[in-house]
Amino acid sequence: MSHLEQQFAETVRDAVSARRTLRIRGSGSKDFYGQPWAQDAAVLDAGSHHGVVDYEPTELVVTVRGGTPLAELEALLHDNGQMLAFEPPHFGPATTVGGMVAAGLSGPRRATAGAVRDYVLGARLLDGRGAALSFGGRVMKNVAGYDVSRALAGSLGTLGLILEVSLKTQPRPVAEATLRFEFPEARAIEELNRWGGKPLPLSGSAWADGELFVRLSGAQAAVLSASEKMGGEKMNDGEARVLWQSLREQTHEFFAVAAKDGLPLWRMSVPSIAPIDVLHSAMAGNTLLEWGGALRWFASASAPARVREAAHKAGGHATLFRGTDDLRQSIGAFHPLQPAIAAIHRKLKTAFDPHGVFNPGRLYPEI
Amino acid sequence: MSTLSPKIDFLRQADVVGRLSAILPDDALLYRSEDTRPYECDGLSAYRQLPMVVALPRDEAEVQAVLKVCHELRVPVVARGAGTGLSGGALPMGDGVLLSLARMKRILSLDPLSRTARVQPGVRNAAISEAAAAYGLYYAPDPSSQIACTIGGNVAENSGGVHCLKYGLTVNNVLRVRGFTAEGEAVEFGSEALDGAGLDLLAIVIGSEGMLAVTTEVTVKLTPVPEIARCVMASFDDVEKAGNAVASVIAAGIIPAGLEMMDKPATQAVEQFVHAGYDLDAAAILLCESDGTPAEVEEEVGRMRAVLEAAGATAIRVSNSEAERMKFWAGRKAAFPAVGRISPDYYCMDGTIPRKRLGEILRFIAAMEIKYGLRCPNVFHAGDGNLHPLILFDANIPDELERTEAFAAEVLEKCIAVGGTITGEHGVGIEKINQMCVQFSPEELALFRELKLAFDPDGRLNPSKNIPTLHRCAEYGRMHVKGGVLPYADLPRF
Ligand SMILES: Cc1cc2nc3c(=O)[nH]c(=O)nc-3n(C[C@H](O)[C@H](O)[C@H](O)COP(=O)(O)OP(=O)(O)OC[C@H]3O[C@@H](n4cnc5c(N)ncnc54)[C@H](O)[C@@H]3O)c2cc1C
Repeated sequence: MSHLEQQFAETVRDAVSARRTLRIRGSGSKDFYGQPWAQDAAVLDAGSHHGVVDYEPTELVVTVRGGTPLAELEALLHDNGQMLAFEPPHFGPATTVGGMVAAGLSGPRRATAGAVRDYVLGARLLDGRGAALSFGGRVMKNVAGYDVSRALAGSLGTLGLILEVSLKTQPRPVAEATLRFEFPEARAIEELNRWGGKPLPLSGSAWADGELFVRLSGAQAAVLSASEKMGGEKMNDGEARVLWQSLREQTHEFFAVAAKDGLPLWRMSVPSIAPIDVLHSAMAGNTLLEWGGALRWFASASAPARVREAAHKAGGHATLFRGTDDLRQSIGAFHPLQPAIAAIHRKLKTAFDPHGVFNPGRLYPEI
Repeated sequence: MSTLSPKIDFLRQADVVGRLSAILPDDALLYRSEDTRPYECDGLSAYRQLPMVVALPRDEAEVQAVLKVCHELRVPVVARGAGTGLSGGALPMGDGVLLSLARMKRILSLDPLSRTARVQPGVRNAAISEAAAAYGLYYAPDPSSQIACTIGGNVAENSGGVHCLKYGLTVNNVLRVRGFTAEGEAVEFGSEALDGAGLDLLAIVIGSEGMLAVTTEVTVKLTPVPEIARCVMASFDDVEKAGNAVASVIAAGIIPAGLEMMDKPATQAVEQFVHAGYDLDAAAILLCESDGTPAEVEEEVGRMRAVLEAAGATAIRVSNSEAERMKFWAGRKAAFPAVGRISPDYYCMDGTIPRKRLGEILRFIAAMEIKYGLRCPNVFHAGDGNLHPLILFDANIPDELERTEAFAAEVLEKCIAVGGTITGEHGVGIEKINQMCVQFSPEELALFRELKLAFDPDGRLNPSKNIPTLHRCAEYGRMHVKGGVLPYADLPRF
């Protein structure tokens, strides 16, 4: 353990003996996300623990400390012709890699490239006893022991402090093109699913307000022939970059309007073919659709119970992605769990953090 | 937790059979040794144990009922798919029930529009792709055992295949797993959507070697079949050069659909078996596949060729038809059975290393061949750094198995030493349980045990596999220091 890691461990042990709780915070860019923070928790500044530990482009693996700024990591990969294929949102200038993993959020490329969890190869974790534990590794394939490191993606710091993480990197595509179509929502969903079943180099999709955008990435030849097959209108490259960036960072007009109107923002993760009427019948308000139809955003003041029921009916789940602290506190940011699964969650929490030191209540009230 | 015991307690057996016969029809319950014999081992046949009882449920209700009885009677349960596992994961217990999911082999639904299939656990890996072919889709992870192994087994082992470098492992291609806990409670991990609520338990369950839950239904993602695929076969006069060529391909920004390597002894064994036309003079050959649109593939094959030539390839052939491509792969996919024909027994290792250490590991293996007086052809998922050295031995020669295991243990520990892992895709099972003590600290192992108990509080599902007790590690430490002492001394041998 490095000096700083030892200090973290001491902070954890002190918290345990003083029966205090800790709030792990990278840069605070995702403070809005999840259940509101416990009021009395002391902040553990995870952002101070930064730096690239190991990067060898030909291994397609990078290992960084949890507090490393995501922007710094992405710049390093960019210089080497590589990228994080899951296109994580930053939601702030100083977002850390540890926070990115803990939040487990992925961007436009997710439907075809996979999510954060698909790229986590290993991690070092400080558990709730102050012990540093390593899981996974720095190699592509590893099935020794349970795959704990992947499960850190989306754990919101409830299992421990991410000291280091190893991520699989990918070469950046040589060519990219974005096509624009004018389709009503149902048609857009149908087309996206049809295209999804064809060997096309799809790398992003979004529908809002009658317009469908589809991004293609890959070899020059593949992007060209796919554009020809699919039709639509090719967007100017600069505008396309702005569009995908605005979707990734939720600065797109849809999100801006929702924020201005003070409407709760619902994230519905559903099967890509989920029919629109099931969702719309439960929800008034605007929709934006991503991930080939598998991610649907609603800016809607509809009754939370109805929203959740609709998501469940459609075969998915609903997250109250943005809303006031009070609303997230009262109805829960995340979809309720099946009782057997909730019981496993509680026991897992106890295994990693027996004294409940880390981010209590951040994911669900009881963990 | 129960330990493996060779003796079957017949009174206990009668008890358990009595209770289970109320749930299962006669032909779904086996307990006479002539009937249970086929279940005594999986693909790692050096370890054998007759199960007390074999149960063969046909549906979820029967699985649940069997688990509930076993829970009540405190009988350990080992799940089994096709039994092709290579680490003894499905090795039965003499005081336990072997729960075979082989009869649950229906594809429940296949939706070409959402590109998903919902299948029972006993469905064979290849059967999914066969059913999806009509829609131009397939299930991407393709273990070499795919015509036999089941999706339930794939989920338990997080199996990979030659195309995983580009298309991912089981964990990247499964959306949802339904099953039952040891107590018989229904659970669902993941969802039909791209993610589920809460902690990603699906990621933990995949690769958990049947220790956390019994899988009874799996939703897999289907992938569009690429328009065409071509395979570049490159010969090298030096194994290390071939290893470096692998790094060069990746460095050029190419992610091949498959990137595999075989050394000369492996190629020779395989060529006799499949007549693929491999270059028998080469010290190593690489198989490097490109898939996509015709134009894309042509462009990529050109780049691959250039990189491989620059890396010192002595000969290059590119498949010119689908038949020829299949032929190139046939040899690689048949490597294990082919080696099985030139040696009475073989022992397959599965370490994964950072690609750049390939040369070093190969030299180490060569030194071990001399040290232990055993031959060891090598096949690799080179693109992933996943090694399958195959130690050839004859179990009928006194001490050859022991020397083989010592050889394997040294190689696995070398894999850890160079920053890799003891298993890339075959799992720990019973086979590599001692090396877990080397790869993980006592605190990490303790956490794995607690994790298991979070799912299976009484430790009834596949106990004594995968995660060693600290006691066992302490013992292994001693054995290790002494050297030459038979590992797994507490296991029965036949
Ligand atoms: C010739 C050959 C080639 C191979 N090639 C590859 C390869 O390329 N890549 C690769 O990854 N592996 C390979 N393997 C290993 C093996 O085929 C895989 O591990 C496969 O996934 C095992 O599937 P199975 O159905 O045979 O499972 P089994 O061997 O029956 O069981 C394996 C494990 O899964 C558990 N299990 C099985 N079904 C269930 C269930 N329904 N619920 C809970 N647990 C369950 C068992 O308890 C056991 O721990 C190869 C094996 C052979 C013999």
